[in-house]
Amino acid sequence: MNLYTFRNPAFNGLSNYRDILAMPEFYTTLLRTVVWTFVNVFFHVTIGMFLAICINRNFPGKNFFRVFLMIPWAIPQYIAVVTWKNMFRTQYGTIDIILNKLGITGIAWLSDPSWTFVAAIITNIWLGIPFMMMVFYGALKSVPHEMYEAGEMDGVNSWQKHMKITIPLLKPVAIPAIVLGSIWTFNMVNVIFIMTDNTGNDVTQILVTRVYKDAFTYFSYGKAAAFSVLIFIILAMFSWAFIKANKSGEGVYE
Amino acid sequence: MRNPRFERRDTLPKMIFIYAVLTIMFVVDIYPVLDIVKISLRPYSSLFSSSLNIIPADATLENFRTILTKPDTPFLLWMKNSFIISMVTAIFGVVLSTTAAYSYSRYKFIGRNVSMTSFLLTQIFPAPMTLLPMYILLRKFGLVDHFTGIIIPYVATAVPFSVWVLKGYFDTIPASIEESAHMDGANLFQILTRIVIPLSLPALGVVTLNSFMMAWNEYAVARVVLTNNGMKTLPVGLVGMTGSFRTDWGIYSAGSLLAAIPVMILFMSMSKVLINGLTLGGVKG
Repeated sequence: MNLYTFRNPAFNGLSNYRDILAMPEFYTTLLRTVVWTFVNVFFHVTIGMFLAICINRNFPGKNFFRVFLMIPWAIPQYIAVVTWKNMFRTQYGTIDIILNKLGITGIAWLSDPSWTFVAAIITNIWLGIPFMMMVFYGALKSVPHEMYEAGEMDGVNSWQKHMKITIPLLKPVAIPAIVLGSIWTFNMVNVIFIMTDNTGNDVTQILVTRVYKDAFTYFSYGKAAAFSVLIFIILAMFSWAFIKANKSGEGVYE
Repeated sequence: MRNPRFERRDTLPKMIFIYAVLTIMFVVDIYPVLDIVKISLRPYSSLFSSSLNIIPADATLENFRTILTKPDTPFLLWMKNSFIISMVTAIFGVVLSTTAAYSYSRYKFIGRNVSMTSFLLTQIFPAPMTLLPMYILLRKFGLVDHFTGIIIPYVATAVPFSVWVLKGYFDTIPASIEESAHMDGANLFQILTRIVIPLSLPALGVVTLNSFMMAWNEYAVARVVLTNNGMKTLPVGLVGMTGSFRTDWGIYSAGSLLAAIPVMILFMSMSKVLINGLTLGGVKG
């Protein structure tokens, strides 16, 4: 098929799909993508919810923290990732300098692909926390105060209060936020793309960077398209199952 | 604690813990920004230095002067392009998604659930894959290197999220208010502009800001659609500067700061609106 005009495509059935599903690399990349998504979303949600609980009270400096904790969301993403990459540089990068002072040396963040993947995860966690924090903080503000007062009457402690009152009440907000967050993280190209200098080494890539590489580096567009459809199916199934399992479809659908 | 500025039930150790957590997060969040400041103030000769001082000893504003005056990097023109594209995207995106979200919120019609779900599904499909077909379409319509050619995909990208946020917010406005306005003889357009929109300002603020920021920061689509140096947006221009054989990180950082600071101020000054307008689902008391 001519890629520039989309004319005269030759039909080759499902052979692109068969090729992909027969590749062992597909399954390792899929597993890495799942790890990437789970670790990122887990920390986005837990840290975001924790910070939201921290600022959901009156104290001097509340507005200051609320505004400045939004920096990672407010800064343009491509600038943030390039900056983090510079911070991970050996010898001149801030993180390396600080780690050296702490006596930890020899982590080759940008030349050892496994460490590059860790660096990408750290960067992406940093980027995603404020969104979750704001979503949960907005929801917490509408939790009626009397519920906590009733809890106090019954003598619950602070930990029980959050586990038994706050978190169940946040569920209708948390389910769509987790689904959206997982989809965005699963399909996040920028971070890994910039961190690895567009190479997407086999040990650092996730499914969506693989799509990018197949389409724009190898120009094997049919394979990239088959990859995309597989990603679409995986995410659609995950979203459907997650929403069903938590029975809070009404938060999303009504 | 007796101080009325604190909550009655927050004990002193608890508040110390909270301040400690928030301060650590504040440092982690602001440090990368200070890192850009640091590099932008360094003269070319000491670009690679392992000093951790935020303001270098030999600080200079030379990088800022260079980026604003260098003829092959028309920074102010890129900024103007970005501003025009982002404004038009925000305006069209908000108008389209307000009317769509209002009909989803108030009317039952055939295909309602299917089309709302399909909005969600567009978020699932990997974006890189849509790049090539979109480029071919835009070229057929002669829209490559046109602002229209970039604004159409941007509006299409912004609308699904906006519709979901706005619909969630419209659902919380009681229909009885609109019914009584209808009794008084207001038509649909008047109900929308005089009642629904003024009551939904927080949600409208969120989607306007989100659409503007999306267009201001987008790189992948802009890179293929806008190739002429005079048509480029800020992200394309800035990332292009790092591609050359030897990147001058000082000038790049100065440019990044000038590109990031306006939107960061805009975004952070609207944080109150963001909290009130971002409705995903809802808390039932």
